[in-house]
Amino acid sequence: MNALAARRRHPAAIAILLLLGLVAVGGAYSLLAPKQAQASVVSAGDINTGKSLFLANCATCHGMNAQGSAAGPTLVGVGAASVDFQVGTGRMPLAAPNVQAQRQDTSQFTQEQIANMAAWVASLAPGPAIPGAQYTSGQNADVAQGGEIFRINCAQCHNYAGSGGALSRGKYAPSLTGSSGKTIYEAMLTGPQSMPVFSDSNISAQNKNNIIAYLKTTQTEQQVGGMTLGNLGPVSEGMFIWIFGLGLMLGCAFWLGQKAA
Amino acid sequence: MTDLDTTGQPSTDVVHLDEGHHIGTGGLPARFEDPGLPTHIHRMADDSPDAGRRAERQVVALFGLSMLATLVFIVAYFAIDKSVGIFLPGIGSTNALNVVLGVTMGISLFGIGAGAVHWAKTLMPDTEVVEERHPQASDAATRSAAVGIILGGGEQAQLGRRPMIKYALGGALGLFALPFVVQVAGSLGNPTKALAGLRSNLWDIAPGVSPIRLMRDPEMTPIKASDVTIGSVFHVMPETLKDSQHVLEDKGKAAVILMRLDPSQFSAAAGGQRAQAWGYQGIIAYSKICTHVGCPVGLYEQQTHHLLCPCHQSTYDATNNMEVIFGPAKRALPQLKITVDDAGYLVAPEGFHEPVGPSFWER
Repeated sequence: MNALAARRRHPAAIAILLLLGLVAVGGAYSLLAPKQAQASVVSAGDINTGKSLFLANCATCHGMNAQGSAAGPTLVGVGAASVDFQVGTGRMPLAAPNVQAQRQDTSQFTQEQIANMAAWVASLAPGPAIPGAQYTSGQNADVAQGGEIFRINCAQCHNYAGSGGALSRGKYAPSLTGSSGKTIYEAMLTGPQSMPVFSDSNISAQNKNNIIAYLKTTQTEQQVGGMTLGNLGPVSEGMFIWIFGLGLMLGCAFWLGQKAA
Repeated sequence: MTDLDTTGQPSTDVVHLDEGHHIGTGGLPARFEDPGLPTHIHRMADDSPDAGRRAERQVVALFGLSMLATLVFIVAYFAIDKSVGIFLPGIGSTNALNVVLGVTMGISLFGIGAGAVHWAKTLMPDTEVVEERHPQASDAATRSAAVGIILGGGEQAQLGRRPMIKYALGGALGLFALPFVVQVAGSLGNPTKALAGLRSNLWDIAPGVSPIRLMRDPEMTPIKASDVTIGSVFHVMPETLKDSQHVLEDKGKAAVILMRLDPSQFSAAAGGQRAQAWGYQGIIAYSKICTHVGCPVGLYEQQTHHLLCPCHQSTYDATNNMEVIFGPAKRALPQLKITVDDAGYLVAPEGFHEPVGPSFWER
């Protein structure tokens, strides 16, 4: 301890202390941060339960018969896929009025309750159904084809690796990292919020599965170039090298220029 | 303090800020005395043999670290398979060989540099030395001798006696510059042809030829009007792209974005009405090339019907014939007139009415 105390005024002490603090905070965060719950598959929901859940949680904005109001759009014809996407990702019920609904780590409802509400909304008028596992798993897919379709149809907003990006007036295309295949499929099918619709007549079910496979691959594959820095392209990479690369060089320059005694 | 110092020596009295302006004494010396170098301060290693030995050990350790890293680099180069992955906290799954080679090479180079600098700063002599300058020119005799050599060489080569050689050499050298000028000028292309290229694209068709089908990019499948649901966006290429000899160039000019709006959403202004008239039941098609500097305009906000360019945030209003509502673009995106053929597929009966992409002089 004495040796440590003697060196507490060493010029490197503050840097080492900062580094230790950062490592401790980062490590603690990665250990303690809330993890996404694994959703279980639930069979088709009960319409009557769904309606009572809807009346209790959604009708304030969407109207008693889901006909819509000044505060929220009509849900007639949006289909079960839309309900499953909006409620399943925690975007609905809306936590607070904002430029757009934000993804939450956990939904307020169980998969069964969501299925019930989805069944009731789907009973109002035909709309896109919740996709099956066949085309949402990313299995048996052509990753290269998925990548090509993703870059032409999706990458302009969601970034080439699905890291998300900005739109106008505070709206944004969310990051697709960690989104399940089903969520991605439903988003394409229903076009939530600013996103356009990519129905199965535009991008076929098999090609949607290819896109999901591509996204899963980009998130799990070996990064040959090292740290991805969020896959944000030249902005984050430039910032990294300006701060750390130039910082290191400046440090060396100061050391070189310092008088020895 | 007086305004005039009678001794003629510079005053050393301290003038405080609140004393206002003082007229100077004018007693500046003709030459400032050279203050010389500050007293040299010895380093620890200069005075203490122990400190010297410690510095020596540190330098050797830095060079040794470099050697060790170099050896690890060489071993890793052969020992690690290039497909092996490694998980690093904070970085994720990366390539083990790249990481090891990079880190060891970095340590190896840094060790050499740091060792050399540490050596210089601790052990090499650091006493301040002044080296006086001296005139750089040679003396007059040497300079005139050098001029003589050059002039004599010219005389012996008979430059003065046979001037035609001089002129012919000048002509040959001067003319030799022309091939470079011709190549640079030629690489700019034929201006007439280049302009024609800017004005034309794959959507242009001769009168009487059957209309070009709109195809999905990249699948290259035709699009039925009924496939385009409201709120949809399709990225479109012309069917004729498959016969193209210059695919990338043609793609770059022919890219089209197609979306469907509810007919009630179009602006009542003339632009909105024209857009609807050139479309088909609310399906409208526009060039995807930004009129600012030609980026692909692909960010479509379904709710606001704004189409954004990712490069400089130019924003076009899809309800009003893609008029620019924000950003540096100066012109609306050119609209592609569309209709359906007998089989129900979307087709373009005529090309764009104006050049697509960024403005150019002769537009």
